[in-house]
Amino acid sequence: MQNSDIITNLFRFVALVLLQALLLNHINFLGYINPYLYIIFILVFPFDGNKSLLIFLSFLLGLSIDIFSDSGGVHAAASVFIAYIRPLALKFSFGVSYEYNMIKLNKAPVTERIVYITIMVLLHHFILFIFEIFSLQHILLILKSTLFSGVFSTILILCTLLLFSRKN
Amino acid sequence: MQQIIFFFIRNKNFLLFALLFFISFILTVQSHSFHTSKFVSSANFFSGGIYSIRNNVTDYFRLGDENKNLIEENMRLRKQLEGFKNGEISVKIDSSLLPSRYMFSSARVINNSYSRSKNFITLNKGASDSLKADMGAITSKGIVGIINKTSKNYATVQSILNTNSQINAKLKKSNHFGSLVWNTKDPNVVQLIDVPRLAPVMVGDTIVTGGRSTIFPKGILIGIIKEFELGKDDNYYDLDILLFNDMTSIDHVYLIKNTEAEEIKELEKSVNDAE
Repeated sequence: MQNSDIITNLFRFVALVLLQALLLNHINFLGYINPYLYIIFILVFPFDGNKSLLIFLSFLLGLSIDIFSDSGGVHAAASVFIAYIRPLALKFSFGVSYEYNMIKLNKAPVTERIVYITIMVLLHHFILFIFEIFSLQHILLILKSTLFSGVFSTILILCTLLLFSRKN
Repeated sequence: MQQIIFFFIRNKNFLLFALLFFISFILTVQSHSFHTSKFVSSANFFSGGIYSIRNNVTDYFRLGDENKNLIEENMRLRKQLEGFKNGEISVKIDSSLLPSRYMFSSARVINNSYSRSKNFITLNKGASDSLKADMGAITSKGIVGIINKTSKNYATVQSILNTNSQINAKLKKSNHFGSLVWNTKDPNVVQLIDVPRLAPVMVGDTIVTGGRSTIFPKGILIGIIKEFELGKDDNYYDLDILLFNDMTSIDHVYLIKNTEAEEIKELEKSVNDAE
């Protein structure tokens, strides 16, 4: 990674944790729906970056969110999981072009981008709510929360990407 | 040997993932029980400090509601005071009861959650203000929860909107006891379960704390009965309780310390040990 990359990612990390803890955790749309924007850090982490580093950073990211929301290790678990599964999701959504390191997230076709983001968001939220609710009796609640929060997060992530994409 | 090292190098991502996932899992399991000491908690210097800063800003937007609540409480207390002045002054006050065994202190809420299945509230006071785990938290309207962890300057409260929470409560009218739990559906409705069938249950009856534990004194308001039905085995009622508190907007809380809690617990322990 370049020096500038390190600084960008560090800044992004801190900004996302604060944004999530101070603002987004308190939206409670319709009573219980919150978007989890912070995983955008894992989504846009350089595709050719070090995978072990990403897994470790995701753990720290999730743990920071957990510290702010008193939730044990649920965000850490979900973040580590999608960081580990990310290469598979990339291969699935972008196909061959990913394997040749040709892909840039903001230059990829819109449908492939949406598929990638949706897969990652839904997996993250599913693990998150399984761990948070922690009881198979409430499987319907888990699925409902995953779906509603997932839609909210996906839309917010797409908007954020549009807002911050550099025009070349 | 070389094989083993190669194995580790080849699978280092998976091993790292498995290790960190396992740690997260342990932390999660720990957070689902009340009494294990928690490593991850917002009652620490860093997140507590950030929440205080945020609270300093957002407080101003809630001043109106807060004033209204205080006036309501003052009115209620004033009414009680007038009651004491008129007529009841001849009742001799038992001076041995006067220094109550319950001590009260106050704190501000700097973070409040109510949308998850296990909700916690963070307070701006901690061990240095002599707060301890297992103290009860209430507002002027009703109960809020129980302190589960303190740091030097902050404390976290396990809200009654937490599936681990189980608080002893009773019908004000007839003294029938039950346990207060939450089914995660609505932040203003909790459930009172295991109320005996012969209790005279009516919609609109008041529910108060039972005083059987060392945490809450008897008779602190909780809510009114919204609906009731017989439980699965037809011997117990399950009641839906509409809380007096609006759990979604709590600003100030009072903390209750039972000065005799340790003595009671020690006594109960010695009885248990003797058996």
